[in-house]
Amino acid sequence: MNKDFLIKYLYGIADNSLILGQRLGELTGHGPTLETDIALTNISLDLFGQVRSYFQYAAQISEKEVTEDDLAFLRTEREYLNVLLVEQPNTNFAYTIGRQFLFDHFHILLMTELQKSTDDTLVAIAKKSIKEVNYHKRFSSDWVKRLGDGTEESKGKMQMAINDLWRFTDELFHTTKADEEMIKAGVGVDVKQLKDTYYKNVSEILEEATLEVPDLKYFQKGGKDGIHTEHMGFILSDMQYMQRTYPGMKW
Amino acid sequence: MIEEKVNINKELEPILRKVPDPEIPVLSIIDLGVVRETKLEGKKAIVKITPTYSGCPAMDVIGDDIVTALTKAGYQAKVDLILAPAWSTDWITEKGRKALADYGIAPPMDASADKKALLGEEKLVKCPQCGSKNTHLVSQFGSTACKALFKCNDCQEPFDYFKCLI
Repeated sequence: MNKDFLIKYLYGIADNSLILGQRLGELTGHGPTLETDIALTNISLDLFGQVRSYFQYAAQISEKEVTEDDLAFLRTEREYLNVLLVEQPNTNFAYTIGRQFLFDHFHILLMTELQKSTDDTLVAIAKKSIKEVNYHKRFSSDWVKRLGDGTEESKGKMQMAINDLWRFTDELFHTTKADEEMIKAGVGVDVKQLKDTYYKNVSEILEEATLEVPDLKYFQKGGKDGIHTEHMGFILSDMQYMQRTYPGMKW
Repeated sequence: MIEEKVNINKELEPILRKVPDPEIPVLSIIDLGVVRETKLEGKKAIVKITPTYSGCPAMDVIGDDIVTALTKAGYQAKVDLILAPAWSTDWITEKGRKALADYGIAPPMDASADKKALLGEEKLVKCPQCGSKNTHLVSQFGSTACKALFKCNDCQEPFDYFKCLI
């Protein structure tokens, strides 16, 4: 099996959690209430923990002398393979929750399937992560329902967030060359197969939240190939500042 | 309770038993169930630990504390972090559960009862202050990754609940 494809496959999964974790981390001390502040940063911590497992694995199989930190902090924008959805800004609480909700429902399906991988390390990471992702999914789904079925204002904001973020959902089910190779090898998950279940699960909750399921024909894509939205550079400059300015710096 | 096979060397166990969880100092890492296996060859000790949560910041400290404790006892210690099988709250021992409750943290219930509470079907978490079962969930995410925040409807005290992970 080609190691480069496996490493790229690992980036594809890990970068989603890394960038989303970074976005949630921006809310540290800025959450709308103490409980949501703690919840969002707890989710961020879970995601970073999972990222470490993937990057440690990627660093271990890489032929280059790299560490997990190099992979997190020293790649260039085009080398990050996360989907566009996770790099979208926090905007307001409805957007933060909407982004989380749309990602969590994908994440849980991915982790469920990844447990069937032929790669033992990926199985171990998936089995560990899925327990955490379950909590994330419940948190974000509960909030979608609370805001959607809440006041006129909260409903309006939640609907707007879902409408705006919907165009990034289709990309979750695209596959790259690395994905295809890993699916063939029995290592990767064929995300194309998850699409129907995803939209069904997400729609059920939106309906419960008395929200409308957007009907969209055109979707945004690019993140999986390293072509990101304008937000990505700003995230990276924040995230990489320390390592770029003080190379090798440690806490 | 589900008994998972743990293989801890009898000679090392009393030393490891004295290493506390840095965030919950009343709980030994043995009772927390994070020590999965030990190997002892002469004076070389290898301890395998597993994280409670992927991002648990206490793992590094626990690793260091194990090395310190074993070095003091005259061993050359090495700590390995393993991911599989994934940690479950069912691995917290009876003694550990009692220590948590005495400390004011509601221990996770056994898997079947807790699963219901987890899915919001029934509120079964007992207040560690007054023992009432009339409690409600404030937030699924508490002061650390492994805890949720509850409040007792009878004595009005908020409390941490060691959340179920099965």
